[in-house]
Amino acid sequence: MFASRTVRTSLLFVFIALMALAFADIAITTLNPWQEMQRLLGGLLRPDFMAMDSLALALLRTVSFAFTGVAIGCVAGFLLALVFGSRLVRIFCAFIRSIHEIFWALIFLQFFGLHPLTGVLAIAIPFSGIFAKVYSEILEEADQTPARLLPSGTGVVSRFLYARIPDAFPHLRSYTAYRLECGLRSSAVLGFIGLPTLGYYLESSFSQGHYSEVGALLLVFYVLIATMRLWLRPRMLPLYLAAAPFFLGSGFPIVWGNITRFFTEDVVPAPLRRGEGWEATLGWLGDILTSQALPGIWNTLILTQMALVLTGILTLLAFPLVSKHFFGPRRRTAGHVLLVIARSTPEYLLAYILLQMWGPSMLPAVIALSLHNAGIIGHLIGRQSSEFPLRPDASRGLNRYSYEVLPKVYAPFLAFLFYRWEIIMRETAILGILGITTLGFYVKGAIEDIRFDQAMVLILITATLNIAVDWISRGVRAHLRLKTTPSRCEP
Amino acid sequence: MVALALEDVSASFGKTRVLGPLSLTVRPGEQVALVGKSGAGKSTLLSLMHQQARVPVAYMPQALGLVETLSVFHNVYMGRLSQHPTWYNLLNLAWPQRKELETIEPILAWMQLSEKRRAAAGELSGGQRQRTAAARVIYQGADLLLADEPVSALDGPLAHVVMQALTRSYATAVLAMHDVELALQYTQRIVGIQHGRVVLDEPSHRLSAADLQSLYQG
Repeated sequence: MFASRTVRTSLLFVFIALMALAFADIAITTLNPWQEMQRLLGGLLRPDFMAMDSLALALLRTVSFAFTGVAIGCVAGFLLALVFGSRLVRIFCAFIRSIHEIFWALIFLQFFGLHPLTGVLAIAIPFSGIFAKVYSEILEEADQTPARLLPSGTGVVSRFLYARIPDAFPHLRSYTAYRLECGLRSSAVLGFIGLPTLGYYLESSFSQGHYSEVGALLLVFYVLIATMRLWLRPRMLPLYLAAAPFFLGSGFPIVWGNITRFFTEDVVPAPLRRGEGWEATLGWLGDILTSQALPGIWNTLILTQMALVLTGILTLLAFPLVSKHFFGPRRRTAGHVLLVIARSTPEYLLAYILLQMWGPSMLPAVIALSLHNAGIIGHLIGRQSSEFPLRPDASRGLNRYSYEVLPKVYAPFLAFLFYRWEIIMRETAILGILGITTLGFYVKGAIEDIRFDQAMVLILITATLNIAVDWISRGVRAHLRLKTTPSRCEP
Repeated sequence: MVALALEDVSASFGKTRVLGPLSLTVRPGEQVALVGKSGAGKSTLLSLMHQQARVPVAYMPQALGLVETLSVFHNVYMGRLSQHPTWYNLLNLAWPQRKELETIEPILAWMQLSEKRRAAAGELSGGQRQRTAAARVIYQGADLLLADEPVSALDGPLAHVVMQALTRSYATAVLAMHDVELALQYTQRIVGIQHGRVVLDEPSHRLSAADLQSLYQG
């Protein structure tokens, strides 16, 4: 067994995670972590729906930002997908999607202020980069034969509309619907940095200790995502899209002078702005690297590796809950509910809650990232394992798990896991904003000190790190001969 | 005047040569059947012909190349996409135009597909799919038809209907066939392929099914 590439690679990653664990700070620092947790659970069990108007407003804003942002990202991404053959476009898309929504929002906050445009663009820009990549993959995977059979002289547009789009359409549609779900999560989380979405209300209820309100907000959000299939009807879509921009709220007016100042002064490296020349700028850059970027990168990396492996372990424990080879329909439903909760809760939100209860360390972040991602991968692997039949006399229990099921799903499991590696890293960097010393921590610090030049350098470094991990992950998947795109509808 | 001329062509997968070198000429008005065992190189030869044809060509590969999510009507209409402006094609994609429906209807009736006009190609049975692809090449109306096993999924009477329709619509055609009887009945020239070479090239009326047996041995 140890001769197989997949097993050796898995063990290598487990080893790296254990090494990371030795360096990581995972202490629980609050005096009474369990009491806080009990109070939160109490809030979830006794949600307070009295504050209905603010609850409804939070939902309305969250949905509106998600719809507007995702719609713009979808159109822009589709157009970019058409020219995705160009290397320049591919690099551009990799770059814009490697910067997290929250970082985009932090940047736009500096010059648009709390204007709806900040939230909409923060979603639309990274999403268009992701849409471009996945749409172009889907279009490429579509059956090419019909296009070859068309009579010569058929126009490019007709060829595309008849022979390409229809075959790819079901995949484009299901991927876009999945992305809208991601958009709802992103939109909710943007509230934590001041936009009027769910996160904003959550944070204020939390800081005042109103756990029943927190419970109500969370439950409503779960219901919203779990019932998407019911309210997201193709016929209603034009109505939603037309209405969404009108419910973004007005925010504060844009001060145009801020925009000019941002680009001509704020983001210009301080030594250059003061006219101290390139040598001073290099020194300034070196200073950022050693005092902020390197510790940030180090912490981001060890947190990512721990979260990646814990995600894997939790996934392997969780997928049988929704696999028909292990449980009957009723227990599977319970398993589905559990996994839906895990994957509908944005990592950022979960990390925020755990941080409130356990105090600042890497532990809340690792747990939050792993729970969320295990919810997603566990759901996919469980579904996949239900699809292959077992012979009627197959073994039961742990024997069935280890001999019949696990060997069959291990390759796709690894493919999904490595596919999410980059996503876990993107999130890890962001969780720094909550006080864990990953890259986001230093970005937030720089912005609070009004050093946008430093913040931009750190954001660019984070982006580079994400692109690098994406690249390594592709290499690992190729080495293990895993399909490069595990599923067309879930990244 | 030739519709198709292959001279010393060959094809390989990796280092294995699967076809040729061979030469073959097809004149306008000739209906040719390619016969031979599966794996003899018939499909490869047809796709080479598709690449090198000198006249407008309609191609019906074994995989048919239907767009699964589009209706039978749209799949047939695709045969003439080049003859309409883009805006019209777009309009017809969203709202099938009466004029096009009326033009295509007789062909669908011929192929016994009228009731399936609105059905998505992906929902059809194997035989219905094959008839949809046949309807497309008939509607396309090019100068040369290349068809790879056009009736392999059809039984008895329907196979005759489709063979008749194809050979009546195309005076010049190359059809890869595994059914020797149908080949002799509907084409005027038989080209036998064995191990990637032409081993027989005779007018159909000089051959009987028994003469072709040797192609299927060894």
